[in-house]
Amino acid sequence: MNMENLIPIPILCAHYEVEMSFFTNLNEMGLLEIKTIETSQYIDSDAVHEIEKMVHMHQELDVNIEGIDIVFNLLQKIDMLQNELTALKNRLRLYES
Amino acid sequence: MAFIDYYKILEVDKKATEAEIKKAYRKLARKYHPDLNPNDKEAERKFKEINEANEVLSHAENRKKYDDYGENWQHAEEFEKSKQQRQYQGNGQQGGFGGGGFSGGGDFSDFFESMFGGRTSSGGGRRSAQFKGQDFNAELHLELKDVYTTHKRTLTINGKNIRINIPAGIENGQQIKISGMGGEGSGGGPKGDLYITFTVANHTKFKRDKNNLYATVDLDLYTALLGGEITADTFDGKVKLTVKPGTQNGTKVKLKGKGFPVYKKEGEFGDLYLTYQIQIPINLSEKEKELFTELATLRNS
Repeated sequence: MNMENLIPIPILCAHYEVEMSFFTNLNEMGLLEIKTIETSQYIDSDAVHEIEKMVHMHQELDVNIEGIDIVFNLLQKIDMLQNELTALKNRLRLYES
Repeated sequence: MAFIDYYKILEVDKKATEAEIKKAYRKLARKYHPDLNPNDKEAERKFKEINEANEVLSHAENRKKYDDYGENWQHAEEFEKSKQQRQYQGNGQQGGFGGGGFSGGGDFSDFFESMFGGRTSSGGGRRSAQFKGQDFNAELHLELKDVYTTHKRTLTINGKNIRINIPAGIENGQQIKISGMGGEGSGGGPKGDLYITFTVANHTKFKRDKNNLYATVDLDLYTALLGGEITADTFDGKVKLTVKPGTQNGTKVKLKGKGFPVYKKEGEFGDLYLTYQIQIPINLSEKEKELFTELATLRNS
């Protein structure tokens, strides 16, 4: 197993000053994937960007785990709509002189 | 440098209590937080504004200084000196507005910097230090002909030269992520990423819809009527076309594989659609008029 891209959860807990339960709850909610190797738990480093957003929402805006789930669903929808808007704007160029 | 009305920014009254200010700040922070408004520069600007307003109004000393001098802030230092001289108390409390050591801060208006010097406290917002390095965003402006072929380009991002491969067929508004090219992480965290958004301008006669190209081709009346061969431009060259007799204005022809390259699929191209635009002769000579009249009579008889 390639450990290079894995970050031990306790390191993240210490860094962000959050409880381990924060990560296990996010995992249960399907918002992140915890990898267990032997007895240690890790997170893929690619997921750190999203995790950081979740931590900010939780700590700075007092959003609970359920709220984070809702926000992420809506952000995904916004992203999809923005991509669709860009594609439509590009198509519109066809009809503009 | 203009005076900034922090009360107006937080949408509170000048007599607002500490709790009211905190509530207003939190409400606006939820609205404009950058994590909730990705790629929204206006929201980013507003978030900075409300943070700055909160920094001043949620901090009793800052608020007092701001309230005392208000629009006369430029003379604050002079007032301060004369007040100290008058009172001669020398209790050393005036030094509190020095630079603050807050990790994510520093991006304040000139007005704030001149009055308070820098961030003065952690204020109402708790901002946890970043583990992963900061992501960088860059915008790259290209011409349509630039993205017809895969090529390499050197970009200067934050003083560092980065050579990137730009695959043919990139779309206007498309964003690509280059992992690990962002800021340094902290506490052993991974580096941030670099996001490049492409703006592709089109100054050619071809219109693009994803991988397909569209263009109009002028066709003289006689070729349209009698048929013949013409040469038309493609994006990267020319092509010979056979025009059928009796070709109508607006007829479309599809040239398979003569369109735009398909993104990340080397050797695959879209199609080129040409629309014939028949040119009606103008400024007819007497002889031409005579002949066209004859043709018209023939048609109508």
